[in-house]
Amino acid sequence: MNRLAAIYSSNLGKKVIAAVTGLILFGFIAGHVAGNLKVFTGSTPDGLPHIDEYAHFLREVGVPLVPHNMVIWSARIVLLLAVIMHIAVVIQLAMQSAEARPIGYVKTKRKMASPAALYMMFSGGLIAFFIVFHLLHFTVGALPLGEFQEGEVYRNLHSSFSADYWYVSLFYIITMVVIGLHLNHGLWSLFQTLGLDNPDRNKIIRLGSTVTTVLIIAGFIAIPLAFLTGQMPPVEEAYQAIAPPNH
Amino acid sequence: MRIKIHVWRQSNRTDRGEMKSYDLEGLSPDMSFLEMMDQLNEKLTGNGEEPVAFDHDCREGVCGSCSMVINGEAHGPKSETTTCQLYMRHFEDGAEVFVEPWRARSFPVVRDLVVDRSAFDRIIQAGGFVSNHSGPKPEPNSIPIEPGIAETALDAASCIGCGACVAACPNGSAMLFTAAKSAHLGMLPQGQTERFDRAKDMVDKMESEGFGSCRNYAECEAQCPKGISIAFIGRLNADYLKATMIEPIDRRGKMHAQ
Ligand code: HEM
Ligand code: FES
Repeated sequence: MNRLAAIYSSNLGKKVIAAVTGLILFGFIAGHVAGNLKVFTGSTPDGLPHIDEYAHFLREVGVPLVPHNMVIWSARIVLLLAVIMHIAVVIQLAMQSAEARPIGYVKTKRKMASPAALYMMFSGGLIAFFIVFHLLHFTVGALPLGEFQEGEVYRNLHSSFSADYWYVSLFYIITMVVIGLHLNHGLWSLFQTLGLDNPDRNKIIRLGSTVTTVLIIAGFIAIPLAFLTGQMPPVEEAYQAIAPPNH
Repeated sequence: MRIKIHVWRQSNRTDRGEMKSYDLEGLSPDMSFLEMMDQLNEKLTGNGEEPVAFDHDCREGVCGSCSMVINGEAHGPKSETTTCQLYMRHFEDGAEVFVEPWRARSFPVVRDLVVDRSAFDRIIQAGGFVSNHSGPKPEPNSIPIEPGIAETALDAASCIGCGACVAACPNGSAMLFTAAKSAHLGMLPQGQTERFDRAKDMVDKMESEGFGSCRNYAECEAQCPKGISIAFIGRLNADYLKATMIEPIDRRGKMHAQ
């Protein structure tokens, strides 16, 4: 406990907290995109889209060893704590850094700092907004942006990402690009913060961060894009049981 | 050649200060930047105005005094070069040149371009030393050091403490300085004794002096006149983490079995 307090009390330690919580959130994003891609794998023979089946699975993991919804709520609590800690430390760091230079320069030139690094607070702020928006949209169903039926994930996606609500797709796509910028700097940065980068590995860690980011973001963007451009099977078809073959 | 130079003028620590512009003619491209400043000062003195105060000492790139942000870059446009080693041929004829002091809360402006960098001295006092006895000179080869490590420690030791890293950092962080000064001792056998205390004490001092925190922009490395690598920052992060999270607090306590 004393040690955690010591870490939190220093700025360098706060960065470590940003790195560790960022890594947890990254783990979530990677898992989330993998799960979401089930939207492309079709339906079960009795007419349940795989993505709905997956959503149901998340609520039932571990049953009967643990109660319904236990695993998903545990994960939600860890993620909520991670996101709150991440935001709390980065705001403290940003305020402290702003105080470190009360009078700015007339002329500033950046030789190395990337826009992704310079605008972490902006991209992070958009992510924070997006998290709330996204939960209200597809988890709670509280936004008037398409049909919402609890548990019928495919139907909800099909409706919200239809051409009628093209601006929803656009917003999701733009946000994914911004999250990509956050991750592209963040993933490499966490290695440096934890003292795990060095000149031998720098190239491969940076390349790995970029490739991982691009794959994740491409996976996310593919979903609204596929619905918007009419590539996905209509709702009726996705929920239709395949008639048993005639003997 | 001629230039239009805009310089920060501030008469003392409490004065608000402002940018003032001067036209300079008849400069030689072979003049150093500081010789150009000298010429500006001769002109100002001739007109009965106060000359521009700026720090300089060795004028050969080793002392780290010549702190100026030139056109938005610490030590000006030429990489791995101090202001004193910058020449007027690095600018175009008729160029506009902006000269500002290091900007950081922990480096208060004393006058014009002169800032008070004693915060760096206090970081050194907090841990940038080795406690060896200063008796008779030891046999130079009595402690073997791997050449690669010795070279890397020397890279860190090439830090001239000029403060360009702080001036360049968008967050006004002194991590590159602190990292270099901690690594050039912490990498060598003589510096092992206090290695983790050193990392912790120097970082804590850096933070309490009011410098910002590092966000891994690497802008410091790009503007450092000695090109010191942010690899040393990663190393300091690791040492600091070890000092706070892993190094034993109670080294001598008894333990029980269970
Ligand atoms: C799912 C969401 C998120 C993920 C995966 C994520 C990931 C990361 C990672 C890996 C880092 C690098 C940490 C380091 O440099 O050691 C980072 C840094 C940062 N994040 Fe996030 N983040 C997320 C959400 C947010 C939010 C909501 C905000 C803001 C309000 C935010 C603001 C920042 C800032 C400002 C930094 C730079 C911290 C610093 O180095 O001083 N992030 N993020
Ligand atoms: S005057 Fe000594 S380094 Fe420039």
